[in-house]
Amino acid sequence: MRRTVGALLRKELLVELRTLESVPGMSLFAVTTFVVFHFALNQNTVSGDEAAGILWVTLLFAAMLGVNRLFVADQDQGGFDAFLLAPVDRTAMLLAKAIALLAYLAVLELIAVPAFGLLLLAPPLSQTMPDLLVVLVLADIGIAAIGTLVAALAVQTRARDLLGPLLALPLLVPVVIGAARASSPLLVLTHSSGPQGRWLATLALYDLVFGLIAYAVFDFLLED
Amino acid sequence: MSSRTSPPEERSENPATPPQGSPNRAPRGFRTNTKYGRGLRPLSIATIAALPLALALVFFYAPIEAEEGFLQKIFYLHVPLAIVTLCGFVIGGLLAIVHLRTRDRQWDLRSYVAIHMSLIFGVATLITGSIWARGSWGHWWVWSEPTLVSFLIVMLLYATYQPLRFAIEDPERQARYASVFAIVAGAFVPLNFLAVRLSTEYLHPRVLGSSSNLPAPMAFTFLVSLVAMSLLFATLCSYELMAKRTRMLLKARSRTLGFR
Repeated sequence: MRRTVGALLRKELLVELRTLESVPGMSLFAVTTFVVFHFALNQNTVSGDEAAGILWVTLLFAAMLGVNRLFVADQDQGGFDAFLLAPVDRTAMLLAKAIALLAYLAVLELIAVPAFGLLLLAPPLSQTMPDLLVVLVLADIGIAAIGTLVAALAVQTRARDLLGPLLALPLLVPVVIGAARASSPLLVLTHSSGPQGRWLATLALYDLVFGLIAYAVFDFLLED
Repeated sequence: MSSRTSPPEERSENPATPPQGSPNRAPRGFRTNTKYGRGLRPLSIATIAALPLALALVFFYAPIEAEEGFLQKIFYLHVPLAIVTLCGFVIGGLLAIVHLRTRDRQWDLRSYVAIHMSLIFGVATLITGSIWARGSWGHWWVWSEPTLVSFLIVMLLYATYQPLRFAIEDPERQARYASVFAIVAGAFVPLNFLAVRLSTEYLHPRVLGSSSNLPAPMAFTFLVSLVAMSLLFATLCSYELMAKRTRMLLKARSRTLGFR
């Protein structure tokens, strides 16, 4: 199992490195969105709830771009058929894709969060970074689990680019609630307290439950 | 548009490619069909009796609420509708689990009908909820009310069920993917309520969960309304199921007889 996941993940990252289809697009989209927010809100700096909202909406929509691309190559170029021919556990595909998406999100945030600090955020980013990192990791796990599941659902449909975000956004509303509420006290000028425990707990619970659901139903998406 | 309204099961009933157990396929189809038909009459009569009874109790028996007055009576319509809708969504998920375990497409059809009917009931819930909010708070929409907000999110999610379903051509895969969606969304319903409830301060004075401290006549009326609404849901589901079965059967018959 571990070797299968490793091989699939290696293939996934190698394809991404060679084609550079998802991650640069996602990062560029995020940075451009910050610029759009600057003009749309007509504000030079933001903080608090507003900052948390802008950050999470941008990250979520950028993640949608990656989610939409996640299975397209497998669908178009027979990757699914090749995988199904191999005598391996099908859950390996879920795990490899989710880890790959997690890696994409990590790279995206490596670029987007400093860019957000530079372009829009009023308080300095350095003081909030350790706490914000916890929120980012927890939210990313949820986005990766739901994103992989939704991508696998949507890729077989006619209007896959449309259905992916339509399915994913309502499912990710609890993640946005948790992440935005947890990070808004971190993004104020006089940042004193860490993220509230209950939001981190909500995020962790959501990650766990949807991780298990994705694990339970993913096999049924890969049979033909 | 015509492909959207066609029942999901229809295309599977092609007698040219009979699945296993095909010799007694037609009679079995007939039996299941009459079974739906048989349950339908008592169910319909019970619904026809229960709905006017519930409405009569609402208007003539339940006392006028002291704070809100006559407006509060929409509670007996709105809350049962909401409960039936959410239960319908969760039942759709459970039926989908049965479908994935047994691979009997009947269960997928049932899951589809449950979710389809819940969507219709859900729209009614949103409309009655909005009217109630306008009457008692002065706004058509109130963000501080967690049940209303979570309900909207759930409806937005389920609104993608039919677009997802009918964007997949292969009927077998369509059933499988729709079931996966129904399970995921069914599990999402309670979780979402939890998250949204956490996110807003609980300012709602009455409703859900507080029905235990309702005065006895109100609680009784509420229970009767709930039963009537559940009966209505069950009846409409059975009608839809039977209509789909019958249409399928007719198509299969006319195909075997060579009509086009």
